[in-house]
Amino acid sequence: MHNYKKALLVAASVLGLLGQAVAADKLRVGTEGAYPPFNLVDARGKVGGFDVDIANALCAKMQVECEVVTSDWDGIIPALNAKKFDFIAASMSITDERKQAVEFTDPYYTNKLQFIAPKGAEFKTDEASLKGKVIGAQRATIAGTWLEDNLGDVVTMKLYDTQENAYLDLAAGRVDGVLADKLVNWEWLKSEPGQGFEFKGEPVYDNDKIGIALRKGDDDLRERLNVALQAMVADGTYQQINDKYFPFSIK
Amino acid sequence: MNWELMIKWTPRLLEGAWLTLELVGIAVLAGLILAIPLGVMRSSRHAWVRALPYGYIFFFRGTPLLVQLFLVYYGMAQFEAIRHSALWPVLRDPYWCAVITMTLHTAAYIAEILRGAIQAIPPGEIEAARALGMSRWQALLHIILPRASRIGLPAYSNEVILMLKASALASTITLLELTGMSRTIIARTYQPVEIFLMAGVFYLLASYALVRLFRLLEQRLRVEQCQGR
Amino acid sequence: MFLDLHGFGPALLAGTWITIQLALASLAVGLVLGLLGALAKTSRYGALQWLGSSYSTLVRGVPELLWVLLIYFGSVNLMRALADALGMDSLELSPFAAGVLALGLCFGAYATEVFRGAILSIPKGHCEAGQALGLGKVTILWRLILPQMWRLALPGLGNLFMILMKDTALISVIGLEEIMRHSQIAVTASKQPFTFYLAAACIYLCLTVVAMSSLALLEKRASRGFRRAYA
Repeated sequence: MHNYKKALLVAASVLGLLGQAVAADKLRVGTEGAYPPFNLVDARGKVGGFDVDIANALCAKMQVECEVVTSDWDGIIPALNAKKFDFIAASMSITDERKQAVEFTDPYYTNKLQFIAPKGAEFKTDEASLKGKVIGAQRATIAGTWLEDNLGDVVTMKLYDTQENAYLDLAAGRVDGVLADKLVNWEWLKSEPGQGFEFKGEPVYDNDKIGIALRKGDDDLRERLNVALQAMVADGTYQQINDKYFPFSIK
Repeated sequence: MNWELMIKWTPRLLEGAWLTLELVGIAVLAGLILAIPLGVMRSSRHAWVRALPYGYIFFFRGTPLLVQLFLVYYGMAQFEAIRHSALWPVLRDPYWCAVITMTLHTAAYIAEILRGAIQAIPPGEIEAARALGMSRWQALLHIILPRASRIGLPAYSNEVILMLKASALASTITLLELTGMSRTIIARTYQPVEIFLMAGVFYLLASYALVRLFRLLEQRLRVEQCQGR
Repeated sequence: MFLDLHGFGPALLAGTWITIQLALASLAVGLVLGLLGALAKTSRYGALQWLGSSYSTLVRGVPELLWVLLIYFGSVNLMRALADALGMDSLELSPFAAGVLALGLCFGAYATEVFRGAILSIPKGHCEAGQALGLGKVTILWRLILPQMWRLALPGLGNLFMILMKDTALISVIGLEEIMRHSQIAVTASKQPFTFYLAAACIYLCLTVVAMSSLALLEKRASRGFRRAYA
């Protein structure tokens, strides 16, 4: 008959635990964990990939301890502003829209946007040929925004929570093509389900600068990250990480 | 509070709200139709008739709707055989995947409501119907189901409200219903609080309207009120 | 194909453990909120009644997913103010804490109704008997009403707990690594959605079975000394 008392006791202790103070000397890095080869989570729950290697190298250069945290992509900027982490290393394109919400470091690599579609399919990337096609992209990415701004009335857009889900639907034939970062497409085309697909046309947007995002006003951290980035490029650490993932330079 | 932003995006949110209502409307009606045979079988006196709906209800009530949605939408597409079958034109469309999954899901719950309602009918009434010479089917159609629908109506209205809220999950399979639209808008504006609050108000209004509607229906169906006729 | 989990088996198990913790913690928070809500709703003061019923109406009218997103992303300013008031550097909600709050809030709103029904079905004479014996208000609540109400509320609470357990899947959208999140990660690596979502479904079914049988035990224990009524 004292069950309810125990329940109340447990509840009270849980409520006490909810608001914990956070130690400030450790930096937390936000990433998505679903964007191979840039960031991904393996079977043992370990986060890895190009972005994560870069972030860890930056932390080593700044001589601070870092912890990598994963977050859903379309919540990643709200989460940064909600202080869930201190900076985002998640292949985030530097755009004017995002600059209103966050601050960026110097770019750490450059990407392009390019369509992929089934091999042999009639798929040209001019506006007239794209009319009526169903195109998949990830929600809240530069590819999604580019589609909406440039082809919003021409194609039927489908927006996904993760890039992987867009690929699943491309393989399933639910979309005619996918618009995404060229390097991410390149990685997927190497994978087994990607075998029947290829790049279509020239990149539609080729100056996609990728930077590390921070909260507005964190100028001190931004300066430290920029200095660390320059040092990494100068001493060859950057090149080493680049070569681990790509047989060409992506700087 | 950024009022300008909220006013600017209202039309898009209304678009999403409309899709939400459409999804829920189809799912709860189709679910009801599917639930009637399930619920009747579930309250059968024979164990082997009860077994099939029991398994169905166990699976759909025992797993999260999110898992079911992902199984139908992304899971089915894993198989070549399904991608080349006659079902594919339907399963390829996220709209129909959402409608189908939500229908199957809610049918399991409605079937349980129906079973409870059938079991709550005094056995004497059914015996009376049989004693008057009604066949088993006649008793089911004219006595059991009408009685059960009155008893089960309040629980059914609860289920409709639950589905209204569960429909938010359709946003995870690319549908731009109220929650999906909000998330897409937030992806451009980075103002989660304002947009989610607005979406919350829409949901509240919709569930309030539904509660009122069902209360009216309950009043109309109440037998005591017809006694004067 | 079915048994080949591509090495993600342990990750799924770890996720299951998080799911269980999340469900139990939310249950605890929800029970407290539900009890407070029901006491407010059955109180004799108009303001408290209003508070209790607006809590349960407001929370039940908005999707759980929306509460999760709102609490996780919307709590920042509130937490900052709270931290200032308490004189701490920074306070914040982890995905786990946000999940517990959101799920507890929703559970509490429904539990309010269950508890209210149970409280109302305790005969008035019991309270009067307590008063006649000279017991205080709190003692009557603690010794008379709660122990009796517990038995009546248990079946309803059991149903709510089943719903709560499945709603834990929603917390995957704010990045908590429970069953669903681990399944999604596994799908990214293996490209086999059906396998992993089916595995997730099986885990949830197992949890449901365990919860159902423990509930049956609890109900049996709570109704010791009562004869079961047959319809």
